[in-house]
Amino acid sequence: MDSILTLQNIDKVYGRKIKTQVIFDLNLEFNPGSFNSIIGQSGSGKSTLLNIMGTLDRPTKGTVLIEGRDTGALKKNDLSKLRNEAIGFVFQFHYLLPEFTTLENILMPQWIKNKKIEPEIQRRAEELIEVVGLEKVKNNLATDMSGGQQQRAAIARALMNRPRILLADEPTGNLDSETSDSIYRLLKDINREFQSTFIVITHDKKIAERTDRIIELKDGRVYTDVSQK
Amino acid sequence: MRFPLKIAWRFLKSGKGQTLLILAGIAIGISVQVFIGLLIQGLQTSLVDSTIGNSSQVTIESRENNGAIFDYQEKEDTIREQIEGVEELSPTLTLPAFISLEEEAESALIRGFEFEKAEGIYGFREKITEGTLPENSGEVMVGIGLAENLDLEIEDVLEIFNFDGDQGDVKITGIFDIGVTNLNESWIVSELQTAQEIFQREASVTAIEIQVEEVFDADIIGEEIEGLMEDDVKVTNWKDANQDLLSGLQGQDISSIMIQIFVVVAVVLGISSVLAISVLQRSKQIGILKAMGVNDQSASLIFLFQGLILGILGGLIGIALGLLLSYSFMIFATNPDGSPVVEIVINYNFIGLSFVIAVAASTLAALIPAKKSSKLQPIEVIRNG
Repeated sequence: MDSILTLQNIDKVYGRKIKTQVIFDLNLEFNPGSFNSIIGQSGSGKSTLLNIMGTLDRPTKGTVLIEGRDTGALKKNDLSKLRNEAIGFVFQFHYLLPEFTTLENILMPQWIKNKKIEPEIQRRAEELIEVVGLEKVKNNLATDMSGGQQQRAAIARALMNRPRILLADEPTGNLDSETSDSIYRLLKDINREFQSTFIVITHDKKIAERTDRIIELKDGRVYTDVSQK
Repeated sequence: MRFPLKIAWRFLKSGKGQTLLILAGIAIGISVQVFIGLLIQGLQTSLVDSTIGNSSQVTIESRENNGAIFDYQEKEDTIREQIEGVEELSPTLTLPAFISLEEEAESALIRGFEFEKAEGIYGFREKITEGTLPENSGEVMVGIGLAENLDLEIEDVLEIFNFDGDQGDVKITGIFDIGVTNLNESWIVSELQTAQEIFQREASVTAIEIQVEEVFDADIIGEEIEGLMEDDVKVTNWKDANQDLLSGLQGQDISSIMIQIFVVVAVVLGISSVLAISVLQRSKQIGILKAMGVNDQSASLIFLFQGLILGILGGLIGIALGLLLSYSFMIFATNPDGSPVVEIVINYNFIGLSFVIAVAASTLAALIPAKKSSKLQPIEVIRNG
């Protein structure tokens, strides 16, 4: 199977005068439709890696291929387009736009495409709202929701454009265990239903164990890489 | 284009306090600019009007002092046919003379007009304070100053003479007030024919007086007329005779423009700084939008549109306020007789220009914030929370 996301010899160094290398010659491939978790202690380079995979950050050295395309060779606007159409992000701090309602936030990726919202798209948004269980608060401003609700709205938003890759950085990092459990069940269901590739950073071993593959980072290198099932 | 506009509008709506503040800033700035502009224009118009509104703006005279022009009818026709922008044409026989009193003589200026034509320039009918226009031969009206100085009344008969030996008796039918003291104290106005009889200058005039549609084009029209005339006459215009007034007007223009420019600069700085702060406040949103695929151009358009919207709304409110200010000024700043100190005329071109300036300035002010927004890296926001 061709990998959907490939990292080749990635180095990442921060700082100009005092250089701090956080990722060392890292190679990874991800299969389409797989559900992957990345674990590791804080400072192991998890978030940096995720940002590089999502083209938000550029590696100091090495190549990131998304669906076979070398992202380093893409122009800025093409990268923006790629992010909009192929990648969904769920960040640790949900980052909804407080000026907009839940429904509007979820429709945002479509708006960015500058497309008219066709009835079909509207239906998809409503469906996603149902999937994440936010029917009651869909017209609330993002700030008028609980943390768990906001995180679920962020997940719905990430799925709006049917991305081939969904990147999540501790999506349940600051939620209680019950809510985080329901969110992972939700992610799993969506992964099965939409056949998107999921790459999730977590510090929770119990959650990682439920994924297809666990990659453990240590000091910027792959420490263990275990596929289950 | 729709997406950045949508976001811009929502950002403005959600930061109501800030938006209102910035709108008030633009509106007040533009209202001051409109008010000052209209006020100075009104002031200039009334100044020009009171200086030359009731006088000849282009004058055709013989090269000889007080020399006669015989073919004045032909000259009138030529000008009417060939020169555009001429509003009034009035031949006049104007000569100095003396009024003979019991023991002395008082100098005066006899002005003979064809009243039908002169009315357009001088508006004598409205300026008569007592009596009527002199309609018949041998009748005159005198300025109110002259009447007071010499204790003249309607029906009085005056004996007029000059050193060439011309003389005649005239009867006063009216007294006028033309608004300028030294004219009121020296003018004796009659039908052209009466003046021609007194000075024995049948079928001739000393000047043709002209008013033009655009007073500031008087010099250009004057030159055109001069081109049509023979060499025995000279053409003068009010602009050559009123250099001081013109340079005064110009000075006023410049100071008015300076005030307007500084007001607009202040508005631009105000908008720019508030929008720059708003980019900082919304850097999280911009970062996340960029992470979701908003490109740099759209990110900068969000702020340009904010500037544009603020400029349009602020400009409209500012113009409304400026007009309100102008009207209240006309209503509350009045002369003792109740007429406004300065008659303000609504100049639609100027107001249109002010609106364009408001919109352009606000959009310009949004350039720096827009640039900032365009340069923002999503990773900075995401890494730092």
